[in-house]
Amino acid sequence: MRAAPYLALAALAAGLILAQGGAALAASTENGRHVFMRAGCWQCHGTMGQGGVAGPKLAPDPLPFDALSTFVRATNRAMPPYREEVLSDADLADLYAYLQSIPKAPDPKSIRLLNW
Amino acid sequence: MAHKSALLNVDRRKFLAGVAVAGAATAAAPQTTPIAAPLPDRRPSGLRPSAQMAAAETAMPKELPRAHAADGSDFMVDVIKTLDFEYLPANPASSFRGLHESLIDYGGNKKPEFLTCMHEESAVAMAHGYFKAAGKPLLTLCHGTVGLQHAAMAIYNAWCDRVPVIVVGGTDLDAAHRPPGVPTVHSAQDINTLVRDFTKWDDTPVSLQHFAQSFVRAYKIAMTPPMGPVAIALDGGLQQAPIHENGERLYIPRYVATSPPQGDSGAVREAARLLANAERPVIVVDRAARSANGMKLIVELAEALQAPVVDHGGRMNFPNTHYLNQSGRGNALIGQADVILGLELADYWGTVNAFIDNGEEEGTGLREPRTKNGVRLISITSAGLLTKSNYQEFQRFQVVDIEMAADVEATLPALIDAVKVAIPNDRKSAIEKRGEALRKAWAEGRERAKSAAAVAWDASPISTARLSMELWAQIKRLDWSLVTSGNVSNWPKRLWTMERYYQSLGGPGGYGVGYGAPAAVGAALANRAEGRFSVSIQSDGDLMYAPGVLWTAARHRIPLLSVMHNNRAYHQEAMHVQRLANRRDRVANLGKDMCPVGTAIENPDPDYAKLAASLGWWSAGPIKDPNELAGALEYAVEVVKAGEPALVDVWTQPR
Repeated sequence: MRAAPYLALAALAAGLILAQGGAALAASTENGRHVFMRAGCWQCHGTMGQGGVAGPKLAPDPLPFDALSTFVRATNRAMPPYREEVLSDADLADLYAYLQSIPKAPDPKSIRLLNW
Repeated sequence: MAHKSALLNVDRRKFLAGVAVAGAATAAAPQTTPIAAPLPDRRPSGLRPSAQMAAAETAMPKELPRAHAADGSDFMVDVIKTLDFEYLPANPASSFRGLHESLIDYGGNKKPEFLTCMHEESAVAMAHGYFKAAGKPLLTLCHGTVGLQHAAMAIYNAWCDRVPVIVVGGTDLDAAHRPPGVPTVHSAQDINTLVRDFTKWDDTPVSLQHFAQSFVRAYKIAMTPPMGPVAIALDGGLQQAPIHENGERLYIPRYVATSPPQGDSGAVREAARLLANAERPVIVVDRAARSANGMKLIVELAEALQAPVVDHGGRMNFPNTHYLNQSGRGNALIGQADVILGLELADYWGTVNAFIDNGEEEGTGLREPRTKNGVRLISITSAGLLTKSNYQEFQRFQVVDIEMAADVEATLPALIDAVKVAIPNDRKSAIEKRGEALRKAWAEGRERAKSAAAVAWDASPISTARLSMELWAQIKRLDWSLVTSGNVSNWPKRLWTMERYYQSLGGPGGYGVGYGAPAAVGAALANRAEGRFSVSIQSDGDLMYAPGVLWTAARHRIPLLSVMHNNRAYHQEAMHVQRLANRRDRVANLGKDMCPVGTAIENPDPDYAKLAASLGWWSAGPIKDPNELAGALEYAVEVVKAGEPALVDVWTQPR
């Protein structure tokens, strides 16, 4: 149960960040993108969290923070867990802010190359 | 009848004597006696050599003796020509100089035409790709110990992928007479041991008649399912010695194809009974279709059962536009199945079990069955007829209920007939409804794939979905063949229209990196004869194993559009190191790169467009803005349509 206290902290941090909005969100988003790259998330999920054969889509519309952070901290599936020694609670919250900041994908019907 | 090795010794000795005794008159006419020339006295002596002896040992020979009989390698060319090889990709070398000279001069450099390669691995991989596009094997030559070792990785890929390649390796067996120095370093007592673990058969002929029999035998063995590479070691002396039939007329055995093994009739009936009565049958295919006819047969079986097909993609097994192609839902369908038919699966265990690489089970990872209790498993594969001990490509052992050691294409007609007979009348309505549900699921799957492709559509580095669809827009009206497809999250299979056998050729088999570029060139060579447009999605790390194959394509005017999936890393390895770092609660050391130390291909960034241009290709890139892709690809397509190779370097997302 090593992840439990951190999950609570992370949820709190995310809540604070999300509640602040505006500049605070932008700042954490910038660091979140940096964390997303530095921690290797992009290796399986792509730089915009779009997913692919190696990992599922994370964004746009990420999972609720609690669900995502629980998985990140304690997964025993193909994705390795990111514990606090590797990814701090603050960085995880920023990372989530980055995922939230990724704009919605265009409607595939509006993309000519996807309609032939 | 003369003993073959005796004949060989006579001929070799005469040839070498001719070299040692420059211009010796006795060497000018064919001899039948063992001693052809008045050799200097070679008794051991502590005395200084005579002037004659010193000259014989050290001076340059004035002229090689002219053979009045045809050389052995001319006869070898006669043998080779009976098997209708179109091309011979090879790196030139002294150990097969006799055969090389005969091929291009006596044989006129036609059928086969010599294609200059810059690495033996490239030559074999070209033959690998060629076969999968043409259905015909190629012959390649390897230089002694060093050439065969260079070729070994590609031969292993062909072995794992069940592809026939005829590998002829030069060597020089006669330790007493072969040239000293380098040729000796390049010779081995039993050179084929290098590749014996992953070839179907090998031989070292000691006479020309032996060569004729072994070459035709090798071809026959390679082409009989389960197909695979074969190796013939070719003695340098045998190539260069004149032909002496000594009363025995040399002949070339006629090649007659061997019928592939068909499944036992009882096993076929029992498999049909299980499938016909199944509630949720699933057909899983991998290297099942050996030809376009194989694909038609799989479609016919699936339609008779209205069963979903999950294609692992070792070959083009099933059209991706057919509603029964449910590959995108493979694991879910396997989890619900009550009967699973596996057709030429490389890994049956991995099909019905999940492996989670999470460090559990004392570090070995977790194994979870994908299937429900009571599922019945059927397998048809010829791989079981050819299993060796050392290399472990046969995967984990999987118990199945019915196993046929047989060729899929040869067995399917009987299985289809048996299924049609076995379907009870009261099941026909349920089977039809199953088909209707699958039709709906297929359409929904396509829409989901389009929605997924739209995510990160404008990203830079460019998403693999965008890359694939920009490419598709340029080639979809052509008669195209995707000769290698890199690792782009299967977008072509998810969104292109793939209906013809040559439109997807599968992967390397042994997962030996370095297959993609040469196999693409080989397949493009086969497609050139058919007027097809060849396109490859080329991984960066793969290309850098042996980029010299680009020159081969330019030199021999092999049209190929190569679009780089340049993710600037050995990305699979980046993910592996990241996984282990996390598991050990350590921050992965990235150094100055984007990926863990040792896995990135950046700083400096290879310029693949310049590399390709330096080797004779039209090229563009690196392209990082997705909006610039269409123009570059459009131009590149025109270059390839004009008969030249073209490369477009694209900075992409990792997968």
